Amino acid sequence: MTLPAQSEQLPTQTTQTSAQLSYRHAFMLVLKRDLTIAMRHKDDIINPLLFFVIVITLFPLGIGPEAKTLSRIAPGIIWVAALLATLLSLDRLFKSDHLDGSLEQMLLSPHPIFILVLAKIFAHWLITGLPLILIAPLLAVLLHLDKNSYTALLLTLLLGTPVLSLLGAIGVALTVGIKKGGVLLSLLILPLYIPVLIFATSAIDTAALGLPYSGQLAIIAALFFGSLTLAPFAVGAALKVSTN
Amino acid sequence: MSKDTSTPLISASNLTCIREERLLFDALSFEVHPGNIVQVEGPNGSGKTSLLRILSGLSQPYDGDVKFGDKKISRCREEFQQNLLYFGHLPGVKGEMTAEENLEFNLALHGNDTDKTLAYLANVNLLGFEDSLASHLSAGQHRRIALARLYQSNAPIWILDEPFTAIDKQGVASLENLFSMHAARGGCIILTTHQDLISIESGNVKKITLDYHYDSLLG
Repeated sequence: MTLPAQSEQLPTQTTQTSAQLSYRHAFMLVLKRDLTIAMRHKDDIINPLLFFVIVITLFPLGIGPEAKTLSRIAPGIIWVAALLATLLSLDRLFKSDHLDGSLEQMLLSPHPIFILVLAKIFAHWLITGLPLILIAPLLAVLLHLDKNSYTALLLTLLLGTPVLSLLGAIGVALTVGIKKGGVLLSLLILPLYIPVLIFATSAIDTAALGLPYSGQLAIIAALFFGSLTLAPFAVGAALKVSTN
Repeated sequence: MSKDTSTPLISASNLTCIREERLLFDALSFEVHPGNIVQVEGPNGSGKTSLLRILSGLSQPYDGDVKFGDKKISRCREEFQQNLLYFGHLPGVKGEMTAEENLEFNLALHGNDTDKTLAYLANVNLLGFEDSLASHLSAGQHRRIALARLYQSNAPIWILDEPFTAIDKQGVASLENLFSMHAARGGCIILTTHQDLISIESGNVKKITLDYHYDSLLG
């Protein structure tokens, strides 16, 4: 090992250039890292997606192929499956970072925790939520979803799955320090998912009747913006408690 | 512990730490000035890591304050963390990323330049491994990836928990040189290690010794 030939004094830093500490830079840095890790660890992407596909394809086999029954229960099945698939993937959000010490390093970085947490949650949504949205219309065909409902299905998933990631992150952050926190996580998080489930399926059902569903959509959008602005604060506080 | 009159970089007053109903240390006060190297000593379980985590702000003390300059660290989180480098038990290296990617991320996360990562990897004898996934490297190399950050860091306060674990003799000597240099340029180092610091003059190293308390608070 050789030593660098620097011996200048170290003043304590009160300001750093904005290029080094910009919020956007920090956000992109963490996002890029999480996506790189997910790409090299493809289980994270494939597992929840496969679970989603398997659960939905099993229902017609179990219930029978009658189109009328299937199209009646299709919104519920798709949404419950999406909810459980997200729950299945949540554990990875902070667990591995906690185990190898990178979570501590993030908490000790000069960036606001809000930005770092938001980047991690966004990466989680890109890895788990987005593939679900892309494959959902295909699975909806298997369930004979009413043709008027497709737009509603996509819109509710688009607004609703980020809420699942954001709220789920709070639960993961609270349980990350516990060795076997899986059961506790489900108990903490599932009740919080219920409003999303109710309004999303209600929107899809209403759309099937040809009625306007903007009311339900507005409520999911409100849940989305509420959790987008508040959840990262809660996650940051929970992580501090968990690493204490 | 030191008598000089310059403002301390980091100071602790009346720190008390309780873990699992056991008192680890009580009313611990000290100041660390620019140029100090402080070695925290004590048997396993005496609270060395707990002390370092409290100093870095990761844990909260049961009682007492840690101050950066004249402000409590909880009051100036961002400013303190810009001036802090904490190296914990766990190196914070991702197995799925290459040595170079790991170092680049760690540097960028703390606002350091990332132009010369290869040179810093060369400092810790990892040149030639920069494209290897960290999970394919040995435990010592893992820690070296994390330690490479020290060569670039311009944070004055270094808090290092067992930095020599799994590092070979030559690496330890090189790190000790780096510590002396960091102290000479006005930084301070607080570290735990069970080894003696060989190449650093013993006059320059100050020691905090923690005792193991057998008594439980309940007993």
